[in-house]
Formats: sequence, C-alpha cells, structure tokens
Amino acid sequence: MKHCWFHLMPYTELPEDFRDNHESVWVDIDSTLFDPERAHHMYNDFLDEMEFAAEMGFDAICVNEHHSNGYGLMPSPNLMLAALARRANPQTALCVLGNSIALYNPPTRVAEEMAMLDCISGGRLIAGFPVGSPMDTCYAYGQNPSQLRERYAEAHDFIVRAWTEPETFAFNGRFNQQRYVNIWPRPVQKPHPPIWVPGGGSVETWRWCAEMDYVYCYLSYYGYKAARATMQGFWDEMDRLGKDRNPYRAGFLQFVGVAESEAQARELYREPAEYFYDRCLRVSARYANPPGYVTEATQRAGVESQIATAAAGGPDSVDNTSARPGIQKVNLIDKNARQFDAIVENGYVIIGSPDQVAEQLHEIAHELRFGQLLMLLQFGNMGKDLANYNTRLYAEKVMPQLADVWSEWENHWWPKPMSLPDRAATNFPNPALAAE
Amino acid sequence: MDAPAVSHVEVSGNPCRVWSKGSGRRIGFLAGFGGLPKWIPFLDALATENEIVVPSIPGFPGAVGHTSFDSHIDWVLAIRDLLKQSGLLDGAPLIGSGPGGSLAADMAAFWPGEINRLALIAPWGLSDGDAPMADPWARRPHEVGPLLCNVPQHWDELKAEPEGANSVEWPIEQARALEASARIFWPLGNTGLAKRLGHIACPTLLIRGEGDQVIPANYMEAFRAGTGGETTIEAIANAGHLAELDQPQAVADAIRAFI
Repeated sequence: MKHCWFHLMPYTELPEDFRDNHESVWVDIDSTLFDPERAHHMYNDFLDEMEFAAEMGFDAICVNEHHSNGYGLMPSPNLMLAALARRANPQTALCVLGNSIALYNPPTRVAEEMAMLDCISGGRLIAGFPVGSPMDTCYAYGQNPSQLRERYAEAHDFIVRAWTEPETFAFNGRFNQQRYVNIWPRPVQKPHPPIWVPGGGSVETWRWCAEMDYVYCYLSYYGYKAARATMQGFWDEMDRLGKDRNPYRAGFLQFVGVAESEAQARELYREPAEYFYDRCLRVSARYANPPGYVTEATQRAGVESQIATAAAGGPDSVDNTSARPGIQKVNLIDKNARQFDAIVENGYVIIGSPDQVAEQLHEIAHELRFGQLLMLLQFGNMGKDLANYNTRLYAEKVMPQLADVWSEWENHWWPKPMSLPDRAATNFPNPALAAE
Repeated sequence: MDAPAVSHVEVSGNPCRVWSKGSGRRIGFLAGFGGLPKWIPFLDALATENEIVVPSIPGFPGAVGHTSFDSHIDWVLAIRDLLKQSGLLDGAPLIGSGPGGSLAADMAAFWPGEINRLALIAPWGLSDGDAPMADPWARRPHEVGPLLCNVPQHWDELKAEPEGANSVEWPIEQARALEASARIFWPLGNTGLAKRLGHIACPTLLIRGEGDQVIPANYMEAFRAGTGGETTIEAIANAGHLAELDQPQAVADAIRAFI
C-alpha cells in the first residue's frame, strides 16, 4: 500500500465563533479574517511539514486546488509542488490532486505546468484531474455548471494529447480551439504521468476511470464508514466491466491522528478535529449544488437512494450518504459530527495508538479495497509541532505494520522517475550522488 | 381551468412541448425562471380574447435538448426555430418573462420584422457590474420562493409535485429547468443584450413587479433607454419577480391593453 501525505493547507486562525457569525468558509468568506502576514508563517510551516513527511519516508506528498476557501489555501497547487520539487526527498512522488482542468482555457497551461513539474522533479509527478467542487469551479471561478463536465472531458483530451502527440497539432474542440499545440517542455514520464481522478460516487466517473485505466480517488472528509457504499459501488462496477480487482486502482482519503495511547490521541487531536469539522466545513448550502453540476443520472441515483433510505427509515444514516448530492452531505455534517466524540465515532478521523491505528487502517484497506492511501495527518488548526509528531509516529510505528498490505499486487499507477544517479543535485541531499 | 391543447415541435432534434388555448389574435409566451411545469392562471387570463401559444424553451419543463447549445448564437437560433415552428414568427406579439423575456428581446433585435410587439416581464440579459441581478441559483430550496414571488406559495404551488407524477423524474425536470437557464445566463444573467437593444424597433412594454428582488429597478430604465422603438414601463403592485404568478390578472390586463 502507498502512503501519501496530503495537505489541504487550512487557514489555522479562523475565530472560535466562526460558525455562529459567518455563513460560509468558502466563496464569500469574510476577507477581513485573512491576515497575509500570518499566512506567510502558515505557508512556510505547511511546506516544512510536507518536506518533513517526505524525509520521514512517505511515498508521496499531495496537494490540491481550492479557491476562495478558508480551509484550502492553494489556489495554485502547482506553485506548492514547484517549491517542493527541489527541496523534498527525491525518493518521494509529487502528487497534485489536482488541477481543476475545466477552468483553464486553453488547458495548455495545465499541460505545460505539469510537464514542468515532471521535468523539475525528474519524473515524480502524479497528475490529478478533478472536476472540482461547485464552490471552486462554478462560484469562485464562475464556470457554467451546465458545461463544466463537457469542458472537463475536453480539457482532459487536450492535455493528454498535448503530452503525447509528437507533432504540432491543431485542436478543434467544442470549447477550445488552438491552431498550434506544441508544448515545451514535455513530461519525463512516458507516455505521460499517471493520472488519478478524484471523484464522488458517480457511476460515470467509475466507468471513465476503468475505460481510461486511471486511479479513482474517493476524497471524502467523512471517513471510512461513510465510504463503504461508494467503494462497494466502485468495485461492483469494476467487476461488471471485467476489470481486475487490483487495489491500486483506488485511492482513499482518511484523517489520522496517532499518539502513544488512545487517551493521549484524544487529548491531542480533539481541538484540530473540531476546528476542521466545525469551522472549516462551515459551507453554505447555497453553494453546494449549482444546477447542472450533478448529472441527471447521478440525480436519479440520488433521488432513488433517498427513497430507498426513507424506506429503510434513516435519512441521516451515514451509510446512505455516498450517492446523495453534496448539499445533503453538508446538511448531514452540520447535524452530526462537529463534536470530537461523534467525529471519531463516525469514522471521520481515525485516532489511537500506533497499533490501534495500524489495525484500523489494515481493516479498512481491505474492506474498502484501496491501495493508494491518502492521509491528512495535519488537519484543522494543528500546528507544525503536532503535525510533525503525528507524521513521525505514523512513519516509524504505523507504516511498518502496513508494509505488506497489497504486496502481491503491482501498482501500475505510480510514477516512473529517472534513476537517482541521473538526476540533478537539488537542495535535498541526493543519497545516490552523495555516495559517489 | 380547462387544459390547453398540447403539441410538440422539434428543435435541434429534440421535442419541445407547445401549449395553446383560446381563440383570437395569436400571441406567444416564453416562460420565466423555472419554466412552466403546470398551466397557470396568467395564461388563462390572456386566453380570454386571444390564442395564447406557449412553446417550452429547451430544458424547461416539457422540453429537452438544452445541452446541445453552447453559445448564445446557438440559443438565439434555437429559440427562432421554436417560435417559427409554433407559428409565432408571422407578426404575432411576443411576451417573455425573465430569461424568456431576454430571449424574446433577442428575437425582436435579430429579426425586427417578425415581432410586432414585445411585452417583457422583468427581462434578464443586462448586467450592471455595480449592482448585479440577484443570484437565483445560489439558494437553498426554501429561499427560492421568497426571492421570486411576493407570495412565496405561488412558486411552491407551481413546483409542487402533483398527485400521480413520477416522483423521481419530477424533481429532475425542475432541476433541469434551472440548469437550462444557467446554461444561457450563468453567472450574471448577462448575454450582452445591451449592445443589441438598439435593434429592437417594435413597441415594447416592460413590466416589473414592484417587489422584484431579482432584477433591480434601474435595469428597466436602462432597457428602455437602449431600445430603438417606443418603450413604456409599467409597475405591478404586490408582485415580485414572477409578476405573472403573483398578479396574473393585472399583468394580463396590462399586456392586453398594450397589444
């Protein structure tokens, strides 16, 4: 199993009364809450934490894209990866999950920047292509929700072709027309960096990932219990399509807090978890479901799921959240899991001693069947010292216990970098070069 | 209310419902935000002395196919096809509400000889950067009615699932209508209509509910100032953005007097 250290880069100083006095952490969040000089320290702490995670031996460090967002300070994740590409452990993959490719016209920019990152890093890039949240894409960036998925599909075709087509070509798309496409630089990895697709519970996305042979990543903030139905649906669809059950086809996001004991973990991680679920997920339902963002097929699945849920007597059942539109997930989290005990009980955050955490992760890796484990070991207002403590403990005492998970499977979706001796010396000591 | 006659025309290969009722002078109506999942009293009030013809905009209830239109040119030509096949491009007066009002105005701007009178209820299509129209899409479900109507129940009744309807498809049809309007007007309601207003040569009546919370009052003045023909503004008391839902008789009376 791959252990990928993921950072959302949350603003860590939202006021305690944020939920009471502010409607949304996203889109129209109060700009007076943002202190650029404090953000200077946050950004540098975050980059330190990611470099530390790489140093501690995590397989990848991951960033993502958000806009007008108090829990995600990365409008441009590529800037972050550029900073990390030279300073982080050269053994570590660099994962951007990713660029919301429908937002860029022409998408040439994404193809170019990702190719740059792949060159700078010597072929360590994982390229994530999310559709993007409604808040980011339709409200903060004004993209038309009715065209978002069509533009996404076209941007994907454009970028992959720009990476792989040796000749200058003309792209005559529905939304993008470019007479001369010929990106410089080109990616190191051939035919192109591995592509991972973060998505919700849409059948269309599962089918597309299967067809294109991409990794499907279920990035939910609601933990493993809420993910059961979605991951079961994903694997059922893979079976139906005749795909193998290679667990590396799937990525999954989980919050984790490790300490010497469960009691200590409860003490250490209570505040950052409650900060995240109380303040950072204070998202206005007004922005959760712009018309057309959810496809009609998914709406049908959602409506039918609600009817099934009603029949089962539990509209707030966590098990029934995966196929429901985002607006309802927001409502669910508002109701149920802002207090630490409920957060842990619902599985949103896994906490405990190293043995307890390893046991739980071992269990859910097999239950949900994922090979790419994306972890938030910094969350909420967690400071650098605690984040690094969590990271170190996980790396030293949890990761070794999971070393053999899925060792019988080959990960076809991992970067294939240049060999270390062939790479440039960077700010991180290159062990291969140092040995010479 | 007696039911209207129902027929279908094809626009870009997709069926669009056309309602008609009454006899007399033929007048057309392009619906407002959310479309018309049900026949409404406003249409009956117009049908007393006229034949009211109501073609459904692609994506609005009764019609599909909105996702095949990407640009405003696509939409303008689609609406022309829709009106032509509905028998509404031979000099018939055209009424439109909100998004339908903006598209009706475009018909008169692009083909001034084919529309002889325009009656527009709070038309979209313009935008003032300092005072944008309200965002009707960024709403919780319970906020939509109060935004659109002076009496929110008028919206709620229009959108309430009728007995016997398909409980899966009904809400999807309503969501599709919101998507169709977004496809044309996202994010600010601005189609650049301001540049085309000068091509509207026919007499135009602008109607605005006094309680309209979607379109600011000064938009009506800007609209009137921009048109090339004679344009008047009439305010409707005790009405919101969908004035035809709040005050069906008063709006119909104003239109009948105008045409």
